[in-house]
Amino acid sequence: MVSSLNEITQSGALIADQVRDAYEAGSCLSIVGAGSKAFYAPPRPDVNRVSLRSHSGVVSYEPSELVVTVRAGTPIKSVESMLGSRGQQFPFEPPVFTGSDTIGGMIACGLSGSRRPYAASVRDAMLGVQIVNGKGEILNFGGQVIKNVAGYDVSRLMAGSLGTLGVVLQASIKVVPKPAMEVTLVRELPSGADVYSALSDIRLFTPNVTGLACYEQRLYVRIAGSEPVISQCAARIGGDIDEDAERFWRALKDQRLPFFQGVASLWRVSLPPATGALALGDEQVLDWGGALRWIQSDRPAHSVMDTAAAAGGHAVLFRTPDTALERFPALSPPVLQLHQRIKHAFDPQGVFSSDYHGAEA
Amino acid sequence: MDSDLQGNIARRLSEGVPRACILLEPEQLAPFECDGLSVYRQTPLLVVLPESEAQVVWVVQVCREAGVPLVTRGAGTGLSGGALPIENAVLLVMTKFSRILHIDTDNRVARVQPGVRNLAITEAAKEHGLYYAPDPSSQIACSIGGNVAENAGGVHCLKYGLTVHNIRQLRYVTIDGDVLTAGSLAYDNPGYDLLALLTGSEGMLAVILEVVVALLPIPQSSRALLASFSTVEAASEAVAAVISEGITPAGLEMMDNPAIRAAEDFIHANYPVDAAAILICELDGIEDDVEQDLQRVSTIFRRAGASELRIAQDDEERALFWAGRKAAFPAVGRISPDYYCMDGTIPRKHLAQVLSKIAALSEGYGLRVANVFHAGDGNLHPLILFDANQPGELKKAEDLGTEILASCVAMGGTVTGEHGVGMEKLGAMCVQFNAPELSQFHALKAAFDPDSLLNPGKAVPTLHRCAEFGAMHVHEGALPHPDLPRF
Repeated sequence: MVSSLNEITQSGALIADQVRDAYEAGSCLSIVGAGSKAFYAPPRPDVNRVSLRSHSGVVSYEPSELVVTVRAGTPIKSVESMLGSRGQQFPFEPPVFTGSDTIGGMIACGLSGSRRPYAASVRDAMLGVQIVNGKGEILNFGGQVIKNVAGYDVSRLMAGSLGTLGVVLQASIKVVPKPAMEVTLVRELPSGADVYSALSDIRLFTPNVTGLACYEQRLYVRIAGSEPVISQCAARIGGDIDEDAERFWRALKDQRLPFFQGVASLWRVSLPPATGALALGDEQVLDWGGALRWIQSDRPAHSVMDTAAAAGGHAVLFRTPDTALERFPALSPPVLQLHQRIKHAFDPQGVFSSDYHGAEA
Repeated sequence: MDSDLQGNIARRLSEGVPRACILLEPEQLAPFECDGLSVYRQTPLLVVLPESEAQVVWVVQVCREAGVPLVTRGAGTGLSGGALPIENAVLLVMTKFSRILHIDTDNRVARVQPGVRNLAITEAAKEHGLYYAPDPSSQIACSIGGNVAENAGGVHCLKYGLTVHNIRQLRYVTIDGDVLTAGSLAYDNPGYDLLALLTGSEGMLAVILEVVVALLPIPQSSRALLASFSTVEAASEAVAAVISEGITPAGLEMMDNPAIRAAEDFIHANYPVDAAAILICELDGIEDDVEQDLQRVSTIFRRAGASELRIAQDDEERALFWAGRKAAFPAVGRISPDYYCMDGTIPRKHLAQVLSKIAALSEGYGLRVANVFHAGDGNLHPLILFDANQPGELKKAEDLGTEILASCVAMGGTVTGEHGVGMEKLGAMCVQFNAPELSQFHALKAAFDPDSLLNPGKAVPTLHRCAEFGAMHVHEGALPHPDLPRF
């Protein structure tokens, strides 16, 4: 695509060369950034790695355009602090697990934080990508503009594809203004209270919510707006304003709450928002108004996955010491076949080796 | 038309579809020979209007077995020829799938059939205090299946996103006849994001059978302002200033003088006919927030040199502000025998520059251009006025359009913001994408449809076509990857 933003840097060209060599040699590569989510999408130990660490930097950022174009190896934190200095932020509040987490990993894993139901997901915010496909070709899709329907939506397809389709070299991502004012109310739930009806009461009847979580019998409700609007909402919800709430939301998305410490098997269960209590058991943290549940469970994997699927959602074994376990739910045979064909369309030789959903070509 | 083929396919189709649902006679086929872009016309082999999912699957199977291409169409309001029939291909019309199956107020979604009109969803959701946000201008007529195929936008995209951001689940049939589901009511899903990939794929990857759309609460308050500017540049700067101040209007639209005059003559919305440009800005949300933003936007507009500022005093006046904008296309249709609507998007900062470029091109070609557009997200709709009965004028209009789109791409934009590529912008796609990128698109299509039977030839030009078009993208005199074989 014709744009100076799509110029190929030396580090990008080196990555493309490495992929082309692997393509020609019939060998495999694992794509790695900072390795902050290696527990979620582990690189294969037996193959060479293509590292994005040195392919970093902001290509373009103009606040009035509400878009940032950034190379994949750039740390999320540094981009967020740049956006913050201009009163903007990513709409999807990405988790940062080690502090060095990169934009590339953020896109590959497609994980969104607490703001997701009320603003956007990583996938929603993808406007354009520059990728290296499995043949070592550098390709540009999408662009820097919000409305763009030229060609298939490869930019959004990359989000959550765990690096199985190509190396994302850089991406243009939508950003949004930070709310001028945002407060969090904390309300204790009496023991035995129905947490799901409390959540849905807020979810359905309170406008301007930007975060809704439940942790240790406490509801956390984040609201944005002008002062009178926040007062109205606060009066309706009850509870106390938590001045230190930003720390809670960060600890929730970055998994630094005590709940997440020393967890053997952590499940991530994503459900329709109105789903009530499920027999997934044990301890849990609720985010996204109850639509995202982090669960400690020693139940058999298939039982957790089946329960989530029966409720219209899905469960992923997010962290586990047992690397042999199947962590993602199985796709139906025709859907799996489509995945394999899509994988083949981008990576005909299977350079980007991965077990993700069995999408291996 | 190959009448043997027509007879054979009709016979085979009638084994799974009622005979009354198959149209064969020329006078029955004529209404289907074009979509909203009527300069392109083609009679299909036959038209089939199935009434059940099983019948759609049967149509797909018959086409696959016979190797006959299949074009899927909804209401036919598309503006890029995406639903234009193909010679000797079946036209599958989904308008009988017009039922809203379920409104789930707890999950705030509606499960609808693809032939349901966009506005009908909002009308049905109203009693629950909910609505469907994407609102293409054709929303009274266009169907949700077509909205998904084109990833349709509208006035409210700036705040609420495109179709892709407002649907949760699709049920679709592949060319292999598998009925599958992409997405769910949950906020994310395992596997590749096929929901995003299918949205905007212009009927080339699968046939949509059912759509689950997200519903939003109707805003407590909606206010609109109308500001007049004596230059297009000042209006453009006002747009950038609103966004820079951290305000996200529900809609922010611009019309230039020719569009203002055409709309005023038609609708009598009391538009200022001497203004070089007007901006219509709508803000919605909770009343106190909206009032605060209304004051901020007013200040910004005045600072940017607005000569007149009107705030709609009630919903009736607000509707009047929008009436002229929403009727702008037909209004322009009244002042010219034909018009050609473009759909480029550019970064907002280049608005003034691209508009003056369009003015210069308009003069050079001797064709009038009226501009109506979604200024807030940089999505331009230049309307090129021409007379198709004058020999050569259509070609001239198309050339002017292609030049406008090329300048959008040169500014870092795109050839289509919300109308899709269809048949119309195949040439422009050669400007925006290079050969390996187009090949990647073709490979992706082949992953779903290896024999290229679903709406073939639309949306993504062949490399051969681009070579003939003479616009294969060459950057600084060198093709990317010169070692790759081409054509």
